[in-house]
Amino acid sequence: MPVLHVENVRKSYGGSSFALDGVSFSIEKGEFVAIIGPSGAGKSTLLRCINRLIAVTSGTVSVDGTDVTKVSNSGLRILRRTVGMIFQHYNLVNRLTVIENVLHGRLGYKSSLSGTFGLFSHAEKIRAYELLQAVGLSEQIYQRCGQLSGGQKQRVGIARALIQDPTLMLCDEPIASLDPNAAKIVMDNLRDINQRLGITVVANLHQVHAAREYAHRIIGVNAGKVVFDGPPSLLTLEIIQQIYGSEAQDLMLADGELHA
Amino acid sequence: MRSIDFLMRQRLVVGLVCLGILIASYAAVVVTDYDVVKGFQSIPKAVKWSSENFYPDEKSLKRLPKIIAKMQETLVTAVTATTCAAFVGFLVAILGANATRPHWVFSIVSRAIASLFRNVDVSAWSLILLFSFGQSMFTGYLALFFVTFGFMVRMLMETIDLSSADTIEALRATGASPSAVITQSVIPTCMPQFVSWTLFMIETNIRSATLVGILTGTGIGNLFDIYYKSLNYHAASLVIVVIVIAVLLIESVSNAIRRVVLQ
Ligand SMILES: Nc1ncnc2c1ncn2[C@@H]1O[C@H](COP(=O)(O)OP(=O)(O)OP(=O)(O)O)[C@@H](O)[C@H]1O
Ligand SMILES: [Mg+2]
Repeated sequence: MPVLHVENVRKSYGGSSFALDGVSFSIEKGEFVAIIGPSGAGKSTLLRCINRLIAVTSGTVSVDGTDVTKVSNSGLRILRRTVGMIFQHYNLVNRLTVIENVLHGRLGYKSSLSGTFGLFSHAEKIRAYELLQAVGLSEQIYQRCGQLSGGQKQRVGIARALIQDPTLMLCDEPIASLDPNAAKIVMDNLRDINQRLGITVVANLHQVHAAREYAHRIIGVNAGKVVFDGPPSLLTLEIIQQIYGSEAQDLMLADGELHA
Repeated sequence: MRSIDFLMRQRLVVGLVCLGILIASYAAVVVTDYDVVKGFQSIPKAVKWSSENFYPDEKSLKRLPKIIAKMQETLVTAVTATTCAAFVGFLVAILGANATRPHWVFSIVSRAIASLFRNVDVSAWSLILLFSFGQSMFTGYLALFFVTFGFMVRMLMETIDLSSADTIEALRATGASPSAVITQSVIPTCMPQFVSWTLFMIETNIRSATLVGILTGTGIGNLFDIYYKSLNYHAASLVIVVIVIAVLLIESVSNAIRRVVLQ
C-alpha cells in the first residue's frame, strides 16, 4: 500500500480556473520526492491538500490508506499527527522558546484539555531535547525563536515535525528563504531523516539543482497539471523548459550547472 | 508607462483631497458666520482671563483630598472598564478572525458588533445609556466598556489574521485541537499587541472618563462641573491640575509596562 495516493485531484479557489487540474500520483514508503514547477503552478496547494489544510474540490487523497477528503474532524486530527510539515517561513511562534515550539509537535497526541494548557510529559521534554541535539541546536533550547537565524528556525521546524513521529513529511519550499550554506544543512537533515528513519519526504522545491541532488523522484507541475514524473536522470533540459515555460530562461541563468 | 500614469493619478487624488478640505473649511466658516480674525484676536484675552482667575489658590487646596478621591474613582472606572472590555474583545475577536473563526457567520457578526460599538462616540453612548441606567458610575463604565470593546475587537481581529495565520496553519497541521491552537499560538503571538492596545485604551479612557463624568454626574468630571458652574474657578483649576498629573502618571506607568512586556 502506498503511503500517499492522490487521484484526479482538482482544486478551484472560486473562479473558473483550477489551481490543481486532475493531479494523480502514488508515493511509496521511503521515497524522497521533489515537486518542482513555476510560481503559481499549484505546488503549495497540492501539498496542503494532502493534510487537508486546504479541502480539495474533487478527487481523493489517501494517506496510509485513509481517505483524507472524507475523514471526520477527529479522524483528521489523528491523521495529521502522523504527517509532519515544514514551511518556507518556518511558521514558528517567535515569542516562545525553541523547546516550546518543538513540543507543539505533540499537540496532535493530546486531549483538548492538556493541549490547551500545554501540559507536556517529562518524556516528551526529553525527546524534544534529544531532537534539538540531533539538529544541532542544543545550545539554543531556551532562546526565543525570534532570535534565531533562518537556518536555525528551519531546523526547529524539522524537530517540531519529527517529534510527531511522522510517517510522511511535507516540506513547502523548505530552503527558499535560506542562504546556500543553511540550505545545505537543512537539505542534508531531510536526507538523513529519509534514509535513517525511513520517513517518506515530499518537498516542494524551487531549485532544480537541489531537487536533482536530493530526490529519488521528481514530479513536475505546470498550471495545476503533472507534466513530468520520473527519476532525476530523466529530467532533461527540454523537460525543464516544458515544466517552467517562460520562467525556464531565468532559472537557467540562475542555475549555471544545468548547462553542464 | 502604466506605472507613471498610476503615480500621476495618485498625485491628482492627493491634490483633489487637499482642495476638498480647503473648500469644506471655507464653507464651514461661511455657514457658521465664524470670524477668523476675531477668533485669533480673542486668544490673548482668554490667556489674560485664565492667568487672573484660573489658578489654584490656598483656599482651594483644602478641597484636595476630595478631588483626589474623585480622581481615584474615575481612574478605577476607566481602568476596570478598559481591561474587562479588552478581555471580552479578545474572545470575540478570536471568534471573528478569519484564521480562527468556527464558522464564517461569526466573522460577519463580530465585524458588525465591532463597528456599531466603535463608531458611536463615547459621549453618545453615555447619553443613550443615561436613559436606562440614570446618572451613575455604571453608566459611565458601560459607555467606556462599549467603545473599548468595539475598538479591541476590530484591532485584534486584524492582528490575529496578520500575525498568527502562519503559526495557526503549522499547529493545525500537527493535529492540534482548535482550543490548543488558540492558547499555544494565537495568544502568545498577539499578547504584545493586546497589552499595547489595552494600555493605549486605558490612557485614552482616563481622558474620556472625565468627560463622561460630566454627563453621568460622577467622578472627577462631575466635581469639575460643580466647581465651574458655581464660579469656583480656583478649585476647578486645581481639578485640572490633578487630572493632568494623573494622566502623566498613568502614561509613564504604562510606558514602563510596555518596555517590560514588549522588549
Ligand atoms: N487562498 C487562495 N485564494 C485564491 N487563489 C489562490 C489561493 N492560494 C493560491 N491561489 C492560486 O492558486 C494557484 C496556485 O497557487 P500555489 O500557491 O499553490 O502555487 P505555487 O506553485 O506554490 O507557487 P509558488 O512557487 O509561488 O509558491 C495560483 O494561481 C494562486 O494565485
Ligand atoms: Mg508555494
